[in-house]
Amino acid sequence: MKTEKKKTGTLFTANTKQLIITYGMVIAAYLICEICILTGNMSNQMKGLLVPLCYYVIMAVSLNLTVGILGELSLGHAGFSCVGLFVGAAFSISMQDMITAPYLRFFLAILIGALAAGVIGLLIGIPVLRLKGDYLAIVTLAFCEIIKNVVNVIYLGKDSAGLHISAKDTASLNLEETGTVIIKGPQGISGMPSDANFTIGIILILITLFIVLNLIHSRDGRAIMAIRDNLIAAESVGINITKYKLMAFSISAALAGAAGAFYGHNYQTIKATTNNFGYNMSIMILVFVVLGGIGNIRGSIIAAVILTLLPELLRDLSEYRLLIYSIILIGMMLLNWSPKAIEWKKGLAAKFSGKRQAMKEKKHSEKGAQ
Amino acid sequence: MSFITYVISGISLGSVYAIIALGYSMVYGIAKMLNFAHGDVIMVGGFVVYSLTNSMGMPPLVSVICSIIFCTVLGVAIERIAYRPLRNAASSLAVLITAIGVSYFLQNIALIIYGSSSKVFSSVVSIPPLKLAGGALFISGETIVTVLACIVIMVGLTLFINKTKAGQAMLAVSEDRGAAALMGVNVNGTIALTFAIGSALAAVAGVLLCSAYPSISPYTGAMPGIKAFVAAVFGGIGSIPGALIGGILLGLIEALGKAYISFQLSDAIVFAVLIVVLLVKPTGILGKQIQEKV
Repeated sequence: MKTEKKKTGTLFTANTKQLIITYGMVIAAYLICEICILTGNMSNQMKGLLVPLCYYVIMAVSLNLTVGILGELSLGHAGFSCVGLFVGAAFSISMQDMITAPYLRFFLAILIGALAAGVIGLLIGIPVLRLKGDYLAIVTLAFCEIIKNVVNVIYLGKDSAGLHISAKDTASLNLEETGTVIIKGPQGISGMPSDANFTIGIILILITLFIVLNLIHSRDGRAIMAIRDNLIAAESVGINITKYKLMAFSISAALAGAAGAFYGHNYQTIKATTNNFGYNMSIMILVFVVLGGIGNIRGSIIAAVILTLLPELLRDLSEYRLLIYSIILIGMMLLNWSPKAIEWKKGLAAKFSGKRQAMKEKKHSEKGAQ
Repeated sequence: MSFITYVISGISLGSVYAIIALGYSMVYGIAKMLNFAHGDVIMVGGFVVYSLTNSMGMPPLVSVICSIIFCTVLGVAIERIAYRPLRNAASSLAVLITAIGVSYFLQNIALIIYGSSSKVFSSVVSIPPLKLAGGALFISGETIVTVLACIVIMVGLTLFINKTKAGQAMLAVSEDRGAAALMGVNVNGTIALTFAIGSALAAVAGVLLCSAYPSISPYTGAMPGIKAFVAAVFGGIGSIPGALIGGILLGLIEALGKAYISFQLSDAIVFAVLIVVLLVKPTGILGKQIQEKV
C-alpha cells in the first residue's frame, strides 16, 4: 500500500512515471527474453516456463485487485481460472473447423473464457460479497471446490448435430460415430490447439495491467479503495457498496478466466485437481500477492516471476519449494503487519539513516506548507 | 436397512466434525480469528500416532496421549509465534493470511517427512463391532468410540466453561477483550489456553478420523478441517451445542448426499449448505446476532 500513498496526493506526472515504469518493466523483460531466445541463450526448460509465468503474473495481478484494492480475501481465484480454461478450451476445440485463423480463434476463446468467469464471478459475488473477512474467504474457497467438483463430473461431446452435455458418463452423451468427446469428467479436457505462446502472454499481461491500473486510478477505483479503508464511511458519503464491490470482484474473476483460457491452450490435456485449480493454487497466487506487497501491482508481477523462476533455477530446492513459500507467507505477514515489527523497522530506519530521514521529513513539511 | 446404515455412518462422521468444529468455534469466539491451520493440526495428531504405534509399536493409548500432548504444545506455539504478534494489526486480513501460511507450512513439513502417498493407518480402537437386528445392522467399534468421545468432550467442555474460573475467563474474553483485561483477566494466557484445548481436541479428532478411514496423508486434515468450519458456522460459531448440532447435521447431509445424490458431488453439496446457511441465517442455528458499530 506504500505506492498508493505515493500516488494519491502527488502530481499527475509522478503517477504517469509509475505507470511507465510498470509497463516498461514488462516490455523490457519481454525484449530480454526474446533476445535470449534468438541468440540461443535460453534453455528449453526456461522456454517451457514462459507461458506458465505469464499465467501466474496475470493471476497475481488480478488477485491483487480483490485482496489489495478491494481489501477482501478471496480463496477462489483458481476456481475462476478453471472456469475460464474449460469454457475457453471447449470453445476452441469445438470451433477448430469453423474458425481456421488460429489467432482469431484464440482471441475469441480468451474473450469467452473471461466472459464466462466474469459472469460466474458476478453470480457468486452477489450473495458472497455481503459477507466479510473470514466468512468471505471460506465461502470463496467453498465455491472454488464446488467449481472443481462440478467440472469433474461434466461430460461434453461434439458431433455433426452440435454439442452434447451430460453429467453421467461418455455413453450418455449419445454421440454419433464420428463425434468426439471434449470433456471427459475426471479425465479432464483434451484436444486443445496449442495456440499459447510467450508473445500473446505478454500482450495479455499488458492488457491486464491496463485494465487494473486504469481502474485503480479512476473514480471507480477510488470508490473501491474507500470501501476498503472504511466501509461505513464510504457508504455514508453515498458510495454504492454493492456495485463497486461487484465491479472489482467480477473484473478480477474475468481476468483470472482470461488467464485460465490462455494457460489451457499451452497443453494437450488438463485435469482439474486440487493442485492446479483448487485450494493449493489459490494459496500459491496469494503468496505472490503477499510477497509483492498487498495492493502493489508491480510487486505482484515481480514476486510471481521470482517465485516461479527461483525453484526452477535451484533444482535442489524444488522439494522444499512449497515449504519455503509457506515460510515466506508467514514471515512477510509478521514483518509487515505486526505493530511491534513496524515499530522496530521504523526504529531501525531512523538509526541507520537518521539524517536522510530528517531531510525527507523536512522536505515533506515544506511541501505541506506550500 | 441401508438407510439406517447411512445414518449411522453420518452420525459417526458428524461426531468427528463436531469435535473439530468445537476447536474452530472456541478459537473463533475468543481470539476472533479463523484458525486455518486447525485442520492440519488434526493431520499432525494422526501422524504422531502413526509414527508411534504403526512404526515404533507403542501401545495405542500411550501414543494417543503423546499425540494430544504434542498437538497441545504445537497449538500454543503456533499461537505464540504466528498469531499473537498480529493480534492488534491494522488489517484483520493479516492474521488470516498468516493462518493460511501456517496451514501450508504444516502440510509441507508432513509432505517432506512422510511423502505425499497416503499410508495405511491401523485403528487404535480395539472394541468389537456391535451387530444388531440379526447381523443386518453393523456398528463398528470406531463409530461407538467416536460418538462416545464426542458426547464426553461436549459435556466436559460445557462444565469447564460454566463451572471453572478459567472457563469464565474465556467467556469474558470472548465477550469483550478490553473489559476482561481491566477486570484482571490474563487475556494472552486465556487465548493460549483456548488454543491448547482446541489443538488437543484436534488431536483426538485426528486419531478418530484416521481410525475410521484407515489411512493418513499430509492432506488428511485439510478437507475435514474446512468442513468442520462449515459445521461450526452452520451451528452458530462460538456456541458449544451449536458445534455439536452443526457437526452431526453436516455429517448426515454428507453421508446421505453421497448415498442418494452423487458420490463425486458430496463435497459440493456440503459447501452448498454453507453458502445457503450464510445467506439465509449468517449467525447459524444457535448463533447470536452481532450488531456492527461505527
